[in-house]
Amino acid sequence: MANMSPKKNPIPEQDPNVRNKNFEEVALGYTVEMAVDEANRCLNCPRPACMQGCPVNVKIPQFIARVREQDFKGAYHKILEDSSLPAICGRVCPQEKQCESKCVRGIKGEPVGIGRLERFVADWNRENADEMPEKIATNGHRVAVIGSGPSGLACASDLAKLGYDVTVYEHFHKAGGVLAYGIPEFRLPKAIVQKEIDKLVAMGVNIVCDATIGKCMSIDELLGKDEEKLLGDDKYEAVFIGSGAGLPKFQNIPGLSYCGVFSANEFLTRINLMHAYDERYDTPLMPIHVTAVVGAGNVAMDAARCAKRLGADVTVVYRRGEEEIPARKEEYEHAKEEGINFHLLCNPVEILADDKGWVRGLKCIRMELGEPDEKGRRRPIEVPGSEFEMACDSVIMALGTSPNPLLRKATPDLEYSDRGGIVVKDDTVTTMKDGVFAGGDAVTGAATVIKAMGAGKKAAAAIDAYIRSK
Amino acid sequence: MFKIVNNERLSDNMFRVTFEAPLVARKAQPGQFLMFRVDEFGERMPITISSYDREAGTVSVIMQRVGSTTALLASKKAGDYVADVVGPLGNPAEFDDMHKVVVVGGGSGCAIAWPQAKEAHRLGCEVDIIAGFRTKGIVVLEEEMRACCDHLYMMTDDGTYGEKGFTTVKLKELLEKAKAEGKQYDHCICIGPLPMMKFVCQITKEYGVATMVDMNCIMIDGSGMCGGCRLTVDGKMKFTCVDGPEFDGHLVDFDEAIARSKVYEAQEQKVFERRHHYCNLQAMADAEEAAQKKEEK
Repeated sequence: MANMSPKKNPIPEQDPNVRNKNFEEVALGYTVEMAVDEANRCLNCPRPACMQGCPVNVKIPQFIARVREQDFKGAYHKILEDSSLPAICGRVCPQEKQCESKCVRGIKGEPVGIGRLERFVADWNRENADEMPEKIATNGHRVAVIGSGPSGLACASDLAKLGYDVTVYEHFHKAGGVLAYGIPEFRLPKAIVQKEIDKLVAMGVNIVCDATIGKCMSIDELLGKDEEKLLGDDKYEAVFIGSGAGLPKFQNIPGLSYCGVFSANEFLTRINLMHAYDERYDTPLMPIHVTAVVGAGNVAMDAARCAKRLGADVTVVYRRGEEEIPARKEEYEHAKEEGINFHLLCNPVEILADDKGWVRGLKCIRMELGEPDEKGRRRPIEVPGSEFEMACDSVIMALGTSPNPLLRKATPDLEYSDRGGIVVKDDTVTTMKDGVFAGGDAVTGAATVIKAMGAGKKAAAAIDAYIRSK
Repeated sequence: MFKIVNNERLSDNMFRVTFEAPLVARKAQPGQFLMFRVDEFGERMPITISSYDREAGTVSVIMQRVGSTTALLASKKAGDYVADVVGPLGNPAEFDDMHKVVVVGGGSGCAIAWPQAKEAHRLGCEVDIIAGFRTKGIVVLEEEMRACCDHLYMMTDDGTYGEKGFTTVKLKELLEKAKAEGKQYDHCICIGPLPMMKFVCQITKEYGVATMVDMNCIMIDGSGMCGGCRLTVDGKMKFTCVDGPEFDGHLVDFDEAIARSKVYEAQEQKVFERRHHYCNLQAMADAEEAAQKKEEK
């Protein structure tokens, strides 16, 4: 029986005033009853628009139908046909801009909680079915994957399922890329990421941490194209580059070098990867009390909410208005609930410091919105004479990233766009260098987990076709 | 896990630790660094590679025991393991157009200056080394340095070994002499504490001698991702890990680098106390256990 409630089943969450003091997960997930009730809101449309909204076209109505029948295992395997990382995507995808934005139930009322159902299905299976995949017999063809973030993991997973002998190289000591260093524990528990990685290893994927491709080995060496034939018979037939977005951007204002100014990448890495908030770990984080976060994307929300959990009074400074905030709505709402202040329509012009070089404030200027730019977003314009100072002891710059130059320097024959992304052919994953494929933020610049995952899957198919055609 | 194949004490507080890390050894070049992490709870620490053996697949670092992490590494024995060793990171040092070089090393910086002097010497440069130490007890690598230069000038601040005085005094003397002879040095390589590098650069700038410095900044990832190691060079923001660690010393904003290097001083002390306290407890427990075993016998 269809559930015609115009509202989604709300997802139980930790109380805002409790969770803003801990790093445990904010959303607690649906119960079986809630999931089945929510699944009953799906009308099982004959031409499901939701699937078109999904970058990897998960068969949404089909998995939801199985939830309705309480066949949670079946639902999980239905999702797995198209997505490699459901527990992760159910948590971090911007569903309101993707699948849920197309749901017909959204025309009158709220769309079906597709993300919440995906998360429920993945969690139920992790807790109840706990299937570790079997090791897959390899076809003897070797592929190297550079980077163990969402695109690399998805590519490795699909290739392993096709029988390829895959090795993933990771610079950090822990696999997961942005899932490990960037997205905080309270939004994506690291145990869930680790479980996905364990599954890949169980399938036979070889993960090599502490290996910086471009430094300890070049792409030509991986492909056996170097004069010395370094890898000999262990060379790879194809390489996938999923090295991510990389270098943090800083706003070009005076005072960036003062003590207390961080990139969001540095701040989040200290917390998420290095556990600086946990005193058993050595990596330090300077004490912060009043923090300004510059920017209002998802990374800015993550940084602001981490700072709040460390006890700081946090203000997000953003040069446009509420409408233009690029973060997921849910992240923005969560941040507001947790007591984070928002200074909208204002832009930093200078970071102020005491005589020892420690941050003591941020000088900002008020902005107003002018004519729309070519993307249709209204351009922010400074209001003359409206400068003001806000006191703070830390400033976190969350203004996006630009692609990492490390691999670029080491691989001069790979083509790059003016913006620093790797140039790919019309299929979006084949580079101009033979045998080399790329995807995710390394190509597009900073985007989302699911888009990177989609690119990784596409690259796996392209690599399969490439090796077969040889 | 990475095996420690040797840990040699060079002086009171200086250690040469050799890791089994074939991926790093295979490509390491003078001037590059590696990052290590002692155990699951450790920080990621950058340290310059002092030598490597490609055949054996080993790399060595020379470090001064100054904080918690270096003390933990110093306490490791051959056969022990550390959690991680990654590298080689950063750009190799450049020796283009070098003919007559003065190398200035300060304290533990001599451990980084030595491999660069060795490389310059191997490439046929005329090399003079000024090695400065606070006091006799911390003098290291004297023989190694002597073997790769034309003249070695050993200096101590307190005069307990070699000549008494700062490296800057000796440098000025050498530059003045070279100038008088009409055979000025074409390059200076300077590695040591930030204030020393700052003053050396002021002097070499006066004499118009191109100076390369090796910056050791606070770093987490070592691959350009965090921007923690940023510094200002010629008015532009640079990242030590991907743009350095070697920079034109005449263009580096040292005052800024000095201020930034102090960010974590207080926290590091706390970590040291915690780890050290634990080590003491462990030592007490071990002693008790040993005593018990003895009694049982």
